[in-house]
Amino acid sequence: MNPYAKRLMWPVLILVALIVVNIAATGIDFIVPSVNDGRLGGAFVNILRRSAPLMLIALGMTLVIATKGIDLSVGAVYAIGAAIACQMIIGQEDQSAAGLIFSAVALALIVTAVIGAWNGTMVAYFGIQPIVATLILMIAGRGIAQLITGGQIPKVQDSSPFTQIGRGEILTIPVPIWIAALVFVAIALLTRKTALGLLLESVGGNPEASRLAGIRSKGITVLVYLVCGLCAGLAGLIGAANLGSADANNGGLWIELDAILAVVIGGTALLGGRFYLLGTVIGVVIIGTLDDTIINVGLSSQWQFTAKAIVVFAVALLQSSEFRGWILKPFKPKPEIAAPAPAEEVPAK
Amino acid sequence: MFKKALAGIGAGALLFGLAACGGGDGGSDGGDDGSLVIGFAQVGAESAWRTANSKSVQDAAEAAGHTLKFNDAQQDQEKQIEAVRGFINQQVDVIVLAPVVETGWTDVLQEAEDAGIPVVLADRGVEAADEDLYVTRLGSDFAEEGRKAGAWAAETFAADADGTKILELQGTTGSAPANDRKSGFFEVLDAEGLNYEIVDSQSGNFTAEEGKAVMETFITTHGLDGIDLLYAHNDEMGLGAIQAIEEAGKVPGQDIQIIIVDGSKAGFQAGVDGKVNYIVECNPAFGPQLMEVVEAVAAGETPEKFTPVEEGVFDATQFEAELPNRQF
Repeated sequence: MNPYAKRLMWPVLILVALIVVNIAATGIDFIVPSVNDGRLGGAFVNILRRSAPLMLIALGMTLVIATKGIDLSVGAVYAIGAAIACQMIIGQEDQSAAGLIFSAVALALIVTAVIGAWNGTMVAYFGIQPIVATLILMIAGRGIAQLITGGQIPKVQDSSPFTQIGRGEILTIPVPIWIAALVFVAIALLTRKTALGLLLESVGGNPEASRLAGIRSKGITVLVYLVCGLCAGLAGLIGAANLGSADANNGGLWIELDAILAVVIGGTALLGGRFYLLGTVIGVVIIGTLDDTIINVGLSSQWQFTAKAIVVFAVALLQSSEFRGWILKPFKPKPEIAAPAPAEEVPAK
Repeated sequence: MFKKALAGIGAGALLFGLAACGGGDGGSDGGDDGSLVIGFAQVGAESAWRTANSKSVQDAAEAAGHTLKFNDAQQDQEKQIEAVRGFINQQVDVIVLAPVVETGWTDVLQEAEDAGIPVVLADRGVEAADEDLYVTRLGSDFAEEGRKAGAWAAETFAADADGTKILELQGTTGSAPANDRKSGFFEVLDAEGLNYEIVDSQSGNFTAEEGKAVMETFITTHGLDGIDLLYAHNDEMGLGAIQAIEEAGKVPGQDIQIIIVDGSKAGFQAGVDGKVNYIVECNPAFGPQLMEVVEAVAAGETPEKFTPVEEGVFDATQFEAELPNRQF
């Protein structure tokens, strides 16, 4: 098995296990898509659609983490993107004008890209640690979003085509899934079919050596934070369009942590270097499926965080080759001196 | 250098502030006409509800002819403690405090008591150990809100022979409004002997985003056929759920009846559109009532330890008339 597939094996197994649990709880309808009103629906398609914002942010986060960075500000940038678009649209008489929606979306994306580039500049040129540089906007960003919305929740008319970004469908497939898929393909092509991916991993592995080898590591760092900010802004637009409103306080709250979790579940190490885009995708779907699983098997809300922790714990342990070796030790031939019984210490979850 | 300049500016501002306080008509002792100087330490401006609350208190103080010293703590307890100390130094007549958190108030409340300034809590409470250090708390009775919703449900579905099937969207897990709105609701259903079944009950975290997501999952898991009632612990979750119901091709308010708590403009608009059947108010506009309590306290009266805010309930016949009165 090639190492790439091996990395993906454990997350895929966990995802399959989750899907089996859901099918057992609610029947085969869970996985089979249905069509209503010309839009693909059903439980699993809904999970994919709702996971689209997290997917975008996690993909951006994967690139940032590959450079040994981290971006904590994505949740706040999500809120800013959503706030800009909604505030601009509700300010106009005709909320359905194509030009207005186009410029609202464009403005939101430009501002969030600039915010991302600013994060990257602080990291690359001012030498501020990524966790500190992005923490500033994580805290201040929601304040900025509140200033944009004036502390209110702007509500876009349901008739505005803007909401189609979150609710519409193209060829029966929901628009958010299209957007997430297109961004995934674009990032995958850019990083795997050009030298960019190699340069990224090189910068993450050793920025100084990369610089000496002639790679413009600073420019690459700014670029990945810019892409991450752009992804967060796009995620905010999908979220805002889905609800037809922008909540500066709660929109995309804690999404940065879910995104980091998805990246890690997908097999990308926080130490930088090698990254696994497909792993991140599976990580996102695992997280999205988990929330539904808790409802489907009838656990109460209090279980939500505990259940999440248990699954993440399981993935992390299964990915550790030390742990697997330790667990499998008694079953391997050639036992040395009486091996200590591991059963009592093994948290088998 | 920079620090010194900052300190200088700070000192200057302080002096100016003192001068401004001393320069008024008779200072902070209040006039002989019964007007009071009230210090109000507000949580912040974190939600539309809070903004409406601040405005209501400011308007009511002005209407009653009192001087209100308003402090916005931006959700920071340190700033709030400083604000209360400031009010003590200025010898205001009554301090109104909407504490950010429940703990850590003993010292500063003791200082207020030593200075002989009564403290009234607004909206949120402090931990029970500090109960002797304030006069009364004026706030919403969340359990009563739940009971009001329950009373309407019990009456509306009393004739439902095959049992009332209920979906519930709870607020943030473990928060007081979520706990009390749930327990109050089911307390009444049980007391009235309604034949009901909780089909599912999950947290939507008081947000439209999660309310919609959870409702979508409810719909794919349980379907909507036969579901009689959705009880959402706040407007935002209810509005999110309404979108999910509409996207599933059902008619909110008809195929499934909906109760929401809060009563924002957007909630009432949904009511006018026929998508919500019953609204229980969680009232931020308690400024006038607060002024009555403050005046009573300043006159030396001791009201009950807890004064519930006056809150209404609204059904389909009242939405349209009430909508223009909504302040948030």
